[in-house]
Amino acid sequence: MRHKLLDLAEQSSLRENSLNFAIGDTVDVHTRILEGNKERIQIFTGVVIAKRGHGINENFTVRRLVAGEGVERTFPINSPKVADVVVKRHARVRRAKLFYLRDRVGKATRLRERRAKAGEAETSS
Amino acid sequence: MPVGLLGRKVGMTQVYGENGVIIPVTVIEAGPCPVLQVKTVDRDGYEAVQVGFDDKLSESDKERDPGQRLRSRASRSERGHVAQLKSKRQDRLVKAGVQVAPKAGCEPKRFVREFRIDGEEHGLEVGQVLDASVFAEVKKVDVVGTSKGRGTSGAMKRHNFAGQKASHGTKKVHRRVGGIGGHAMNLGTSGFIKKGKRMAGQYGNARATVRNLKVVRVDAENNMILVEGAVPGPNGGYVMIRHSK
Repeated sequence: MRHKLLDLAEQSSLRENSLNFAIGDTVDVHTRILEGNKERIQIFTGVVIAKRGHGINENFTVRRLVAGEGVERTFPINSPKVADVVVKRHARVRRAKLFYLRDRVGKATRLRERRAKAGEAETSS
Repeated sequence: MPVGLLGRKVGMTQVYGENGVIIPVTVIEAGPCPVLQVKTVDRDGYEAVQVGFDDKLSESDKERDPGQRLRSRASRSERGHVAQLKSKRQDRLVKAGVQVAPKAGCEPKRFVREFRIDGEEHGLEVGQVLDASVFAEVKKVDVVGTSKGRGTSGAMKRHNFAGQKASHGTKKVHRRVGGIGGHAMNLGTSGFIKKGKRMAGQYGNARATVRNLKVVRVDAENNMILVEGAVPGPNGGYVMIRHSK
């Protein structure tokens, strides 16, 4: 059994309002970036292809294409550097890990869209 | 040096520090530690404060009435160390005018250690309970524990020796120590191996100290201290936390 002090230690580092997105969603990840001593938000847009870990260790991977080259970034869900995750589009997927997208190019990388389920974040069209 | 605390290693996790940097931390359940004895130069020859941690009673025993508890868990001398017990000998000593040492009046403790005081004013009295707030203003601590026992281990694991070659004629000696000194060497003159020569043997299960661990958080309310980095011993092992010099 996990010791209650471990949960207590992590508590302050966990995100207060949980991020609501699913595998296959196309998302905008808002990351805080420090430039000099000014903070600004950088947006990384792509498809969520994996989530792994749990608790304080949970993270997710977002894949996008930049100039024809696949780029993947992994973000810790609880990191204060991740300001927000905005869902642009849901997709119907049958896997928890969408690594097969790495082998595909062009039209084959499209995922079938689905409407938001009750309680899910509304897609912004 | 001020008095430290005793505690139990709970485990490791990570927390976010400033600028979203992940800090690996060890969670230590620290205190509460009652002062069991204050040793003085006059009586004991040295100055120290003895503190205890963790009741000897099991959880099931705590629910029983004090009269029904399995007293065999703590010997009479252990019980007498923390609380005033009635005895004929003591009555006799009191009658003869011998002063009885003050007692903490707590349960017998499982983990008892002393913190040496070198002529400093500490103002602690027997029975006073220390908690994690003693580290509230402290930046760095030393943690003393008992390292995980690894049993009899070879020289490669125990002393980080390099072993021998995998091939080029090497046979059956890949993880052996190698030479331990010849007859004409300072290392092993006249048929004797030099004392202290590092070889295979018992590894771990020994007192180990990690110094200058950064204190990340002190939560006296929940008896919790977070220190950056690892601490010797298994989860659940007892540790001694003291101020770094």
